[in-house]
Amino acid sequence: MITTTYREAIQQALADEMAADPSVVLLGEDIGHAGGPFKVTEGLYERFGPSRILDTPIAETGIVGCAIGMAITGMRPVAEIMFSDFLMVCMDQIVNNAAKYRYMSGGQTSVPMVIRTSCGGGIRFGAQHSQLGETRLMQFPGLKIFAPSNPHDAYHMLRAAIRDDNPVMFFEHKAMYARKGELDKSAGPAQVGKARVCREGKDLTIVATLMMVGRALEAAEQLEKEGISAEVVDLRYLRPLDIDTVIASVSKTHNLLTVEENHALGGWGAEVITGTVELAMDELDSAPRRITLPDAPLPFSPVLEDAAIPSVDAIVAKARSMLGQA
Amino acid sequence: MEKMPILPSGDPIRQDKPEALSDKDLLAMYSEMVLIREAEEKVQSLYMKGLIHGTTHLCQGQEAVSVGAAWAIKPQDYVTMTYRGHGHALARGMDPAKFFAELMGRSAGINKGKGGSMHLCDFDLNLIGAFGIIGAGIPVAVGAAMSAKLRGEDRISVNFFGDGTTNIGAFHEALNMAAIWKAPVVFICENNIYGEFSRIDETTAVTRLSDRAAAYGMPGVTINGNNVIEVYEEVRKAAERARSGEGPPFIECVPSRQRGHSRTDPAKYRPQQEVEAWLAYDPIRLFKDWLIEKGIATDAQLKEIWESMKAVVDKTAEKAEQSPWPSLDELTTETYA
Repeated sequence: MITTTYREAIQQALADEMAADPSVVLLGEDIGHAGGPFKVTEGLYERFGPSRILDTPIAETGIVGCAIGMAITGMRPVAEIMFSDFLMVCMDQIVNNAAKYRYMSGGQTSVPMVIRTSCGGGIRFGAQHSQLGETRLMQFPGLKIFAPSNPHDAYHMLRAAIRDDNPVMFFEHKAMYARKGELDKSAGPAQVGKARVCREGKDLTIVATLMMVGRALEAAEQLEKEGISAEVVDLRYLRPLDIDTVIASVSKTHNLLTVEENHALGGWGAEVITGTVELAMDELDSAPRRITLPDAPLPFSPVLEDAAIPSVDAIVAKARSMLGQA
Repeated sequence: MEKMPILPSGDPIRQDKPEALSDKDLLAMYSEMVLIREAEEKVQSLYMKGLIHGTTHLCQGQEAVSVGAAWAIKPQDYVTMTYRGHGHALARGMDPAKFFAELMGRSAGINKGKGGSMHLCDFDLNLIGAFGIIGAGIPVAVGAAMSAKLRGEDRISVNFFGDGTTNIGAFHEALNMAAIWKAPVVFICENNIYGEFSRIDETTAVTRLSDRAAAYGMPGVTINGNNVIEVYEEVRKAAERARSGEGPPFIECVPSRQRGHSRTDPAKYRPQQEVEAWLAYDPIRLFKDWLIEKGIATDAQLKEIWESMKAVVDKTAEKAEQSPWPSLDELTTETYA
């Protein structure tokens, strides 16, 4: 067990997979000499050289298309899209090529590719560099979507993503790169598609991903002091989506709150709540609730941005009101 | 001065016999061109009978490009194409029975009926993708080329696309990437003068599309897409260049599209005179005249080949028509590996 940052855990996963498998190559903007805009790939170019790490032009469609071409011809490319907002630039390649290639070919090929991308708000990057964007991709069978909330998961989930024979969208929250946590490299491989109960409780289930997991855990600490016992589920994967773990938790707590850094309309909270209502409505004592971004682009001003992103206080307040303790 | 597109040519083939091709090879090339022509005519009639569904983009008049290029490359080379890809698939050697079965949505189809006319691929033949969206295949072709390059394999990637593609972003991104990395890829633009329903000069700032290669520091040539020997020779040279690591070349072929954009397009926007002229520039007729002139075959022999290819098409289409629909269990399989 070591203490490391989210950034270093990702870097370690890349290095360990590159060392283990010569077909793993990285491509992206400024990831070689420069070590990446968030320094995630720092040192890898020096270690693995230009035949394993390709610096690309600023051309997201080209990057993802190229990675797909590599993947269907026997390599395991890991493409970096600098900001998840830029996934919109290359949606055609992701949605129409990567996700559908295997199916449309009648199973002749597969696309063992990872697209890593930095996502999320909170660091004053404005409306075009702060979105998550993972919920948009939930509509596309063929893709897998990973969203780790801590260094340990980031390491093991990325290694699993690289070894996966399907295209994996790997979301890294940029506000968490410097966050420290424990990493046990010797733990077994990540169980793809399995959510994690990261705090047990009996009154309320809070489901979160990425940076919201930490906030949900903090909120749970506060609620504990007020006599409310919250269970926190880190969804970790949006495709496949582990509704079973959510339902198991709700069967215990009978109350469900989702917290996400997305807008409410079409966010994953809607899917989690629908799945729970469809399969386990009788377990619910109260109407499930969501905490999301307001229905506006993410603002630049620190005052406004902080108000937009779900806070610990907002989670605490919503939990109280759900349990009639407001 | 009014900007005019480059127009297809019906000039006779003037080349000598290429050294690397035997008479047998040349007759095989002729057979393939006829196979493609007859297959497309069959697709059209099956579509009219309701046996082929949706839409389909025929390539009558573009056979010289598919066949000339296919003979200029090696079996290990990767090929990517567009939704107008029937000719490339058959020229690469796709089993016509699996081809027809795919177009009819049957389980015996090359893609098990899950791809259809626009997405034919055959990984056993290194035919690694046909793309329904303009330009989407070009970066994929570059990626396949980089895969070969990074692993030090003797393989190139050959990418076919149409004139309309030269206006979309993916084209420019991918050509630039291929050029900076000297990716072993050959870009082959089939300029059939119409991007869907609009003449290329109305939608494009340059009419000689090979001029665009200059922006990426790559050599570009424009050739007669109705001359199968010229296509063969140019692609052979280009493939050698790509294989040697000198970087990607760009070939613009100008064939004569004989039909509309897709099966549902009667192409009323095309002047009747042009349609008639282009039909006369038939690449198969030009090749036939050359084969006879060079003493490689007689008119009777070539007619015999035509009859035998027609028989192959009839037989394989019939076989496909008799083959079963996919089982409903297939609906969600092969979504994930």
